[in-house]
Amino acid sequence: MLSFNSSNIVSKTRTIGRRMFLVSSFKAIVVVGILGRLAALQINQFQKYSGLSDKNRFRETQIAPPRGIIQDYFGKEIASNEKIYQLHITPEDVPNIDTLFFKLKNIINLTEEKVFLLKRRMAKQKRWDTLIIADNLTWSEFSRVNLFLHELSGLRPVVSIARVYSNNASAHVVGYVSEVTPRDLKNKTYLQDLRIKEVAVGKTGLESLYDRQMFGTPGYLRFEVNAYGKKIKQVSTNNGEKGKTYRTTLDQDIQVHAADLIKDVSGAVCVMDIYSGDIVSMVSSPAFNPNAFVHGIDEQNWKDLISHRDKPLLNKAISGLYPPGSTIKTLTALCALENDVFTTKLNVECTGYIELYGERFHCWKKEGHGMVNMRKGIKHSCDVYFYEVSRRLGIDRLAVTAKKFGLGEKVLKGFAEEKAGVVPGTKWKLNQLGKNWYLGETLHSGIGQGYFLTTPLQLCLMTAQIANGGYKLNPRIVINDDEDKNPLLNFLKFRNENPNDSASIDDQLKRFNLEPLFRNQENINFIKESMFAASNEPGGTSYGSRHNDKKFIFAGKTGSSQIKRFTQEQREAEVKQSDIDYLERDHAWFVAFAPYQDPKYAISVLVEHGGSGSSAAAPIAKQVIQKVIERDEVRKAFISQLGEEV
Amino acid sequence: MFYSRASIHTPFSFKERFFSIDFTLLFSVLILGVISIFAQFSSSGGNFDYFAKSHAIRFGVFFIFFILISFINIRFWNDYSLLIYASLVILLILTKFFGVQSQGSRRWLNLFVFNLQPSEIMKIGIILFLSNYYHKISTNDVNKLKYLLFPLFAMTIPFLLVVTQPDLGTAILIFFSGAIITWLAGVRWKIFAYLTGLLIILAPIAISFLKPYQKSRILTFLNPDVDPLGAGYQIIQSKIAVGSGGLTGKGFLNGSQAYLNYLPEKHTDFIFTLFSEEFGFIGSALIILLYATIIYRITRIGMLTRSIFAKLYCFGFASAFFVFVAVNMAMVLGLLPIVGAPLPILSYGGSSMLAIMLGLGIAMSCNIYKNTTI
Repeated sequence: MLSFNSSNIVSKTRTIGRRMFLVSSFKAIVVVGILGRLAALQINQFQKYSGLSDKNRFRETQIAPPRGIIQDYFGKEIASNEKIYQLHITPEDVPNIDTLFFKLKNIINLTEEKVFLLKRRMAKQKRWDTLIIADNLTWSEFSRVNLFLHELSGLRPVVSIARVYSNNASAHVVGYVSEVTPRDLKNKTYLQDLRIKEVAVGKTGLESLYDRQMFGTPGYLRFEVNAYGKKIKQVSTNNGEKGKTYRTTLDQDIQVHAADLIKDVSGAVCVMDIYSGDIVSMVSSPAFNPNAFVHGIDEQNWKDLISHRDKPLLNKAISGLYPPGSTIKTLTALCALENDVFTTKLNVECTGYIELYGERFHCWKKEGHGMVNMRKGIKHSCDVYFYEVSRRLGIDRLAVTAKKFGLGEKVLKGFAEEKAGVVPGTKWKLNQLGKNWYLGETLHSGIGQGYFLTTPLQLCLMTAQIANGGYKLNPRIVINDDEDKNPLLNFLKFRNENPNDSASIDDQLKRFNLEPLFRNQENINFIKESMFAASNEPGGTSYGSRHNDKKFIFAGKTGSSQIKRFTQEQREAEVKQSDIDYLERDHAWFVAFAPYQDPKYAISVLVEHGGSGSSAAAPIAKQVIQKVIERDEVRKAFISQLGEEV
Repeated sequence: MFYSRASIHTPFSFKERFFSIDFTLLFSVLILGVISIFAQFSSSGGNFDYFAKSHAIRFGVFFIFFILISFINIRFWNDYSLLIYASLVILLILTKFFGVQSQGSRRWLNLFVFNLQPSEIMKIGIILFLSNYYHKISTNDVNKLKYLLFPLFAMTIPFLLVVTQPDLGTAILIFFSGAIITWLAGVRWKIFAYLTGLLIILAPIAISFLKPYQKSRILTFLNPDVDPLGAGYQIIQSKIAVGSGGLTGKGFLNGSQAYLNYLPEKHTDFIFTLFSEEFGFIGSALIILLYATIIYRITRIGMLTRSIFAKLYCFGFASAFFVFVAVNMAMVLGLLPIVGAPLPILSYGGSSMLAIMLGLGIAMSCNIYKNTTI
């Protein structure tokens, strides 16, 4: 019994020992495995998990930096920032939200509707996230709230900054800012990383074009948060970088003056320095108040703006497309001279109309102009003369000249709302409309009707390039300090300092890297002289709006672009523009440059449905020109002052 | 069994007995206990009053308990193992009916002074009982069907009682503790193979009985990114905490994952994660070294002790202890699904501490009475 027992113990011990050895080996493998896993996580993948841990731990609240300022040429602020008074709450810190709203209603203007919207917004966010109760309080409201603050627990009065625009005159070109929308986020990639609620971003004009630069670099408040997102403590702050300030070429005084002149009509005025290409003024009418958008425009105001007959939100200077009308005759004539199709001396008889291709083409003057040469053709804006010129010229040669002078393409690169317009041609028509060109359409195009479409700024550029002697301009509206100096200005300076330089014009062009738009500068000079005649000689189309003071004398060309062609009956009945429906009246144009003896500025004026250029547009141009020339001395003085500072 | 009782008597003095304590084992446990108090201090965000205080008291009390039971003759445990096992089964049944309900499961018995979790004690009870069983039967009988069914029955009863609490993790560990004894006793490979095969066949049926949260834990383990904010959250956050600890850790009380509440259950199942975040790879390796020392010393006692009961008990307890540690670590490191298994000594929890200290005490008793035959 005992022996059996001892042998039993021995065999059991052996079995147990053997199996324990196996188990122990297994344990050793598992320990190595766990240590390996620890090493993999803590040593090999330390960077990855450390990053993930910080991502867990820190939350950043971005703060919007002050937006960059938009200045006029003289540094006056067109768009700047102002202090605004806001009320914020953190819902979890408010003991009773309904009581707070109830009390606030007695102190500030807080509608039931607004309270509803706020509550809905509050339900969507975390209880410790800030909610803006009032965005833009007046000082008196704000001080009243501060007075009762002890009764409004949880409410935080905050002084913040917001955009403010000095006037409505530059509303179109400068644009406006408003609360960011999902569409902005889609279109502007740089906004996609932004995590600031209700931030204002540029919607139109320069505000939109330079939005990224003017926005600046957002700052942040970095918090440590727990697993539920509650802020534990503030770790660090960064105030970000203020947005870039832009100085424009605009003159605020001229802007206001021009806007005032066209405030009763629908239209646009553009003024350009003919050597530097600086856009001195660009206004569109009717204007709107850009400040209304900053804190969210109310619905009624918005409805009024978008349903208005004259489209106040449209920047007509660059986005309005109109046939150029008779203003194009300057280019038609120039084109004919440059291509040796016509001479200045050649006469055409105007009897009030011509019959061509089985169709009757009328002159604006029913009784006709009699024998007309080119100078007289421009001066009186004789349609029959230009029918003949364009018939011999053909549309495609005219199109080349028109494009050369800047028609059919955007003047200011980058403006989303700018339109390119149309310079028609045989190929263009085939491509766009799939039809062949009719010869009759050449005649309409030659006097700026038909398919031609231009913006006021394009015609201003065209006039400027004629006025400066036919040199290509690169128009600008914003001054970048790192820009190369305009070659045309260098050339001008050289000519002023060396009036007797004997070098040929070709050599000079090459030396100053200029791009001439002419073959023979005499042709340009002839057009300028003819425009002078149109404005300053009796019988000229804009003679009535001439300046007598030598300082202000300008040379210009009127134009009226047809909306609807006159019927034979209307023509016979001599129906006046003022007698037909407003929306069917012709658009009135006037382009000019001044002063005639020493041209400095080009101007274009458009009056929508104004009837004729001479009666509606030229008188406005006359007054704008006077202002521009007066301001020229200030501008020159400012440049020399800047020069001294440098 | 009459022979063992009659033949040997252990007349050695208290001094002799005291110096036969395995001091390496004792101090390893003590160091781990001190570390655990600091870890609990950190888990309550540097506050001693919350978990750390009660953990420290428990450790102190149970550590003395551990030393005291070391001096109880190993025969006592052999003689009363059936009684202990039967009492624990009764306690489990009582828990079924009178247990304290918490977070959807009924695991605790209210004993007025404290809440006892009998399933934790059962982890030791099953080892004791089966060691005694295999001590008694002859080597030739181990693989006979009659002698196989009984241990299987003894393991299944507590397993079923615990799994329906429900507490899958503890139930598996109880079953596993039992299985390891049968394996050590010499039950054939083949039988384990058959049972494993049966388990695989029955697994789909078993899964259908699982609670939805248990199912999602298994699915989450297979791919934690399926639901990173839901069921996968624990594994992901635990891995981030461990990984971001790096080589030397973020420093005591600086574990941001734990401090900012990203880490769930950080005072119980995820205490190792917390420690690992604050003390890095070096600290974690030290903990593993301490556990390895404990397991090694218990195994060594098993080799030195003479009786089969003591051998089986020590090897079984060492293996079970190893499994508790390994399962918990593998779980928080994302190597096993989250099953709810505490880490011995480090985790907060009285019953778990009691069970481990009881187990250690009996192992120590095996060392003191290593020449005692049964």
